[in-house]
Order: sequence, then C-alpha cells, then structure tokens
Amino acid sequence: MSTLLSKRWAVVAVLAALAWSAAAQAGPTLDKVKQNGAVTCGVQTGLAGFAQPDSQGVYSGFNVEICKALSAAIFGDPGKVKFVPLTAQQRFTALQSGEVDVLINNTTWTLSRDTDLGFNFGPVVFFDGQGFLVAKKLNVKSAKELNGATVCVQPGTTTELNLADYFRASKMEYKPVVIEKLDEATGAFFSGRCDVFTTDSSALAAIRVGRAQKPDDYVILPERISKEPLAPVMRHGDEQWHDIVSWAVYALMQAEESNLTKANVDDALKSDDPAIKRMLGVTPGMGKMLGLDDKWAYNEIKMVGNYGEIFDRNIGAGSPLKLDRGLNGLWTKGGLIYPMPIR
Amino acid sequence: MTSETASAGVKPARPVPWRDPAIRGIAYQVVFVAAVVGFIAFLVHNTMENIGRQNIATGFGFLHREAAFGIGETLIEYSPADTYFRAFLVGLTNTLYVAALGIVLATLLGTVMGLARLSSNWLVRKLAQVYVETFRNIPLALQLFFWWGLLNKMAPGPRDAIQILPDVFVSNRGIVFPVAVANPAYRWVGAAFLAGIVLAIGVSRWARRRQAATGRQLPAGWIGLGLILGLPAIVFLAAGAPLQLDVPALKGFNFSGGHTVSPEFAALLIGLTVYSGTFIAEIVRAGILAVSWGQSEAAMALGLRSGQRMRLVVLPQALRVIVPPITSQYLGITKNSSLAVLIGYPDLVSIANTSMNQTGQAVEGIAIIMAVYLFISLAISLAMNLCNRAVALVER
Repeated sequence: MSTLLSKRWAVVAVLAALAWSAAAQAGPTLDKVKQNGAVTCGVQTGLAGFAQPDSQGVYSGFNVEICKALSAAIFGDPGKVKFVPLTAQQRFTALQSGEVDVLINNTTWTLSRDTDLGFNFGPVVFFDGQGFLVAKKLNVKSAKELNGATVCVQPGTTTELNLADYFRASKMEYKPVVIEKLDEATGAFFSGRCDVFTTDSSALAAIRVGRAQKPDDYVILPERISKEPLAPVMRHGDEQWHDIVSWAVYALMQAEESNLTKANVDDALKSDDPAIKRMLGVTPGMGKMLGLDDKWAYNEIKMVGNYGEIFDRNIGAGSPLKLDRGLNGLWTKGGLIYPMPIR
Repeated sequence: MTSETASAGVKPARPVPWRDPAIRGIAYQVVFVAAVVGFIAFLVHNTMENIGRQNIATGFGFLHREAAFGIGETLIEYSPADTYFRAFLVGLTNTLYVAALGIVLATLLGTVMGLARLSSNWLVRKLAQVYVETFRNIPLALQLFFWWGLLNKMAPGPRDAIQILPDVFVSNRGIVFPVAVANPAYRWVGAAFLAGIVLAIGVSRWARRRQAATGRQLPAGWIGLGLILGLPAIVFLAAGAPLQLDVPALKGFNFSGGHTVSPEFAALLIGLTVYSGTFIAEIVRAGILAVSWGQSEAAMALGLRSGQRMRLVVLPQALRVIVPPITSQYLGITKNSSLAVLIGYPDLVSIANTSMNQTGQAVEGIAIIMAVYLFISLAISLAMNLCNRAVALVER
C-alpha cells in the first residue's frame, strides 16, 4: 500500500516539476536559438517567390533567404534555420506561444498588431499594397466597377479588413468567401466561385504566375487600396532579439547601397573605407554590440547576398514574377529602402 | 463461548488513522482534488503571466469594438460597422441554422435508410447497405471537400446559370430562387398554422379516447393534416391571396433578389446529413431489430395491418433503444458543423478564428467557442433526455 502511495506522490512531483520548469524556461530568444542550434522561422505555407517548398520539402524564396541571412549572421551558416509553415490564422498564436522565433511571412505592420497582439516589428523588407485579381473575360477595368462582386479572401489578414473598408468607403456591395488555406482560396477563385481574389499585389502576381492555368486570362486591376508594409515580426519583451533581426536586415540593405555583393565581398575585406571595414568586422566591435560574431554582416553577404540580389533572384527581374523594384528600390534610386547607419 | 458475547457487545478497536480505510479514502480524494485544482490554477497563472510579459491585451472588451470585416452569409442584419459581439452572434445563428437543418434531414434520411436496410426487397436492402458502408467510412472533412468541389466545379458561372425551374437558377454562386415579399397577412397565416397544429393534437386525443370508450375509429391523421394545411390556406385566401415574389435577376456580377443557398452552405448541409444519416440508419435498424419478432406476430394475430403494426407496436418499443444513441448523433452533427471552416461557411468557429487573429486574443476566442458549444450540447442533451423519459418503459 505504501508503495502505491509513494508512486502517486511521484507522479504529482513529476507533473509539478514539468509545469514549473516550463514556466522558468522563457529566457532571451538568442540563448534559446543558440541552444537549439537553429533559428525557427515562420513562413507561408506556399507562395511562389516568397516562400515555397519544392517536392523534397526544401524551402526557397525571398522570405526564406532573409531567414537564411539571419542564420548566417548568428551561426555563420545559412542552413541553421527551421522553417515552420503557417497559415494567416496560425501565425500570430505560433509567435505568441514561442513556437517560432520570428515571422518573416509578408505580415503587415499595423498599430494593433504592434500593441494589442504584443509584437515588435523589424525593418520593412517589402513595401506592398493590396490589389484585385480578376478574370479578363469579366471586362472589368477598375476596382470601382466591382459593385456586387463575390470576393475570395483569406481570414485574419489586413486584406480582409481593407476589403471591407474599401467597399464601405466606395458605397459598394460585395460578398466575401473566406477560406483559410491559400490552396483552397485560390482554387475557389480559379474555379469561378468568386469574381475577384484579393491580397497584396506582390502575392497576386505570384498567384497569377504560379497557380493560374493560363496566367494571361487574368489581370491585376490598377488600384492599390492599402499600404502594406511587410516586416519581420517578433514577440514583445526581448530587445536584444529585436536588435539582431533588425540589423541583420539593415546589413543586407546597406550591402546593396555600398555595392557589396556575394561575389565581391571577399575583395571588399581589403577596402580602406572605414564604414565597410566596420560593417564587415575588419574593424571589430559592431557584431559584439549585437551579441554576435564580428563577421555577422560578412557572413550574410558572402553566404546569401545583398538585398538587391535576394530580391532579383526570387521576385524581381531574374524570377518568373518579374516584380519592379518600384518602392522597394534603394532610397538613392528613388525607392523607400533606407538602411540605418551601421556604426 | 466468550468470543461470541465479546463480538456482540464490544466494538472492534478502530485502527490507527493512517490505516483506517475511511480516513485514507477521504485523504486520497482531498489530495487528488487539490492536485487538479492546483494544476489548473498553475496553468491559468502561467498563461496570464506569459500574456502579461508580452503585453498582449486581455479581457472581453474587444467584443464592443467594431469588427470591420465582412461576412458572406448572415441570417441577421450585419455590416462591417457592427461589433465583434454582433459578428459572433452571426456565427452562432449560422451554426444553429445548419445544425438544426442537419439534424432534421439526417433523421429523415437515416430513418428511411434504416427501414430500407430491413426491407424484404433485395435491391432496396442492398442499396441502403452500400450507402451506409460508403459514407460511414469516409472522413467527413473529405466528404465536405467533395461536395463543395462538385458544386463549385460542375456548376457554370452566374452569367451562364442553368434555369432548372421558372426563376430558379443554379450556378457556382449557389441556388437562387424567388421568395415571397413580406406581407402583414403572413403573420395571420402563421397563427392559423399554429392553431391548426393545436387543433389536430386535440382531435387526435379525443379520437383516441372515443376509440377506447366505444371502439369506433376516426381517421384522426387525415383530419389533423386537413386542419394544419387547410386553416392557413383559408386565412391566406380570405386576406385576398397577397403574393408578390422577389424574383432573382442577373445584375452585374451576380443575381440580385430572391434567396440564395450558397455552395458552402449546401456542401456543409449535404455532408452533415449524408454522413450522420448513416449512423442514424444503423441506430434505427438496431432499434427495430431489438423488438422481438414475437411482438410483431402478436400484433398480426390481433389483426393489425403492417402500418399499424409498425406505428403502434414496434416503433414505440424501438424508440426506447433508439433515442439515447441518437442523442450522441445530434451532438455530433452540431459539433461537426465546425468543419465549415474548411470550406468557408461562416459558422461560429470561422468567425471566432477571424476575430482571434484580428485582435490577437486567442484565449478569449477559444473560451467563447468552448462555452457556446458546451451550452448548445447541454441544451440538446436536455431536450433529448426529456424525449427519452417520454418514450422510456413505464414500469408498473
């Protein structure tokens, strides 16, 4: 009888230990990342050009390469990333609960997400705007002609709210068909369930090229009904991690501004320019301030490339999407990409 | 013997407290309850702590904020300018609507199929068996995708809609049909309908009493049907037969006017009905088989026709077996309606998901979903338990 009793107590003790240790664990994110040996990066379940797994489940795309650059800055190895595919609805809970360390998945920076949801945003990696994709045979030339349309949209997105705002402001009627999974949502649009599919225009371009049987049968309407600054997202309460992600992104942008590429960064180590010497860790100090190796920025550029290279390869001129740099050009070339000074 | 007198007069000495089964039993229970309460308290505390550390908003205040998202199908008035609370209400009514229709239709389908499985006709029996074995063994989620895909892909666009009946159109936007424009006279028609039901019940009772007293029968069923349908018809005609139809017409992208049954709703309703109908069919079959053949033979010996035999002898006894498991099926239909999320029907879970994501308040959202489903389930259980008490064997 006494053995049974002690067994029960043992169970209670184990339960308590498990529960309390879970509570004590949540330390700074960088420690956790180093302990796990990988950055856990939340990406989309599949959006051509931004984040998409191939038949072997290997992810590629614009967001994926930014995650890889982050891994290169932390570990000196772009491969130490664990990609977690998340739908628009799953992403915030996954980040809040600590399942992922950072979301790099075309999440729009908004006030309520920054405050009520308990998040911090890194630098904007893509300036986007919401658009409408329609079939050419409907003969619609402008979003102002969409009164009465049925619109496919994903739930839990800023898109869903902008859509409601736009039709309200324009005094037009619409019928939303709200489907969580992008596959089913776009499938419903292409089968004709909806007249319109709406999301960020970059994603519309990806969907038109990647998912339509005949991309030429579909057209993206000229209106951009919202501002969609897409930025990496982190949890509140870890300033160091916020700094690391932010500066890892700024370094990619600064590299493009300073004409440092994957190919020439080794030569640049011999440069006399003090700014480049600081950034590449030839003059030590910058990496240490972040809690990283002084070679952090060098590793990012050498192993992944600069912002412009990542853009062109995945979504720009060198990709099937062929998106213009437009707003996403460097500030020196009329765009909005403006890295903060690394010093 | 001395031992006998001792055992009769002297109480056995109480064991020491930690060897006393009664005390030990209480102690175990106290420890167990304390552990459970402590564990729950810990989880709540831990969650609040984590939420607090990340500055995530808490509480149900968000329910009074503007929802700002659109909902495709609503039974009550709703616009994006309404509150989250209103949006939740829309989701709840949509859930109740599809669940209630699903329960009625699944019961009808299940009963028919259950009786068909007992048919003496080989073809009918085998067809019912194929239906049950097929749809019972395919996951509901897959069936929903199947029906939804079928409705989406097979039907043409609204501009090439098929007219199946005058002013009834089928397209991939759903089935749209004319509805009568509201008229004050309809309220009186509805009242007449209710009055007809009450009268029909009265007639049926009186007929039964008369039969018990005199042995003479009255076709109470036909009289009741006449009352239920005839009274509203008379009121309708007396009011001058005010019938004005809201006829659907193609305008721009879609039909306007009339009432539309969307492919999402249709797919969900068909899926729930067909899937749960299989289980109900088996329950009905089991219930009827549970009534011994001797009962039927006795009924035949009394000269009852086969319809009377089923209605007066077999079914009342079968219901005792049927009602308890069918309650679980009704609960299942209600809870399975949350799979609506997969195909985009705006049920409670779908609305709650969107709200949680827009406000970030997942804990509150899940709490609302759980509370609502618990409430609906308990309400159904209560109703079915009352029903069960009515049909249960009355022991004398």
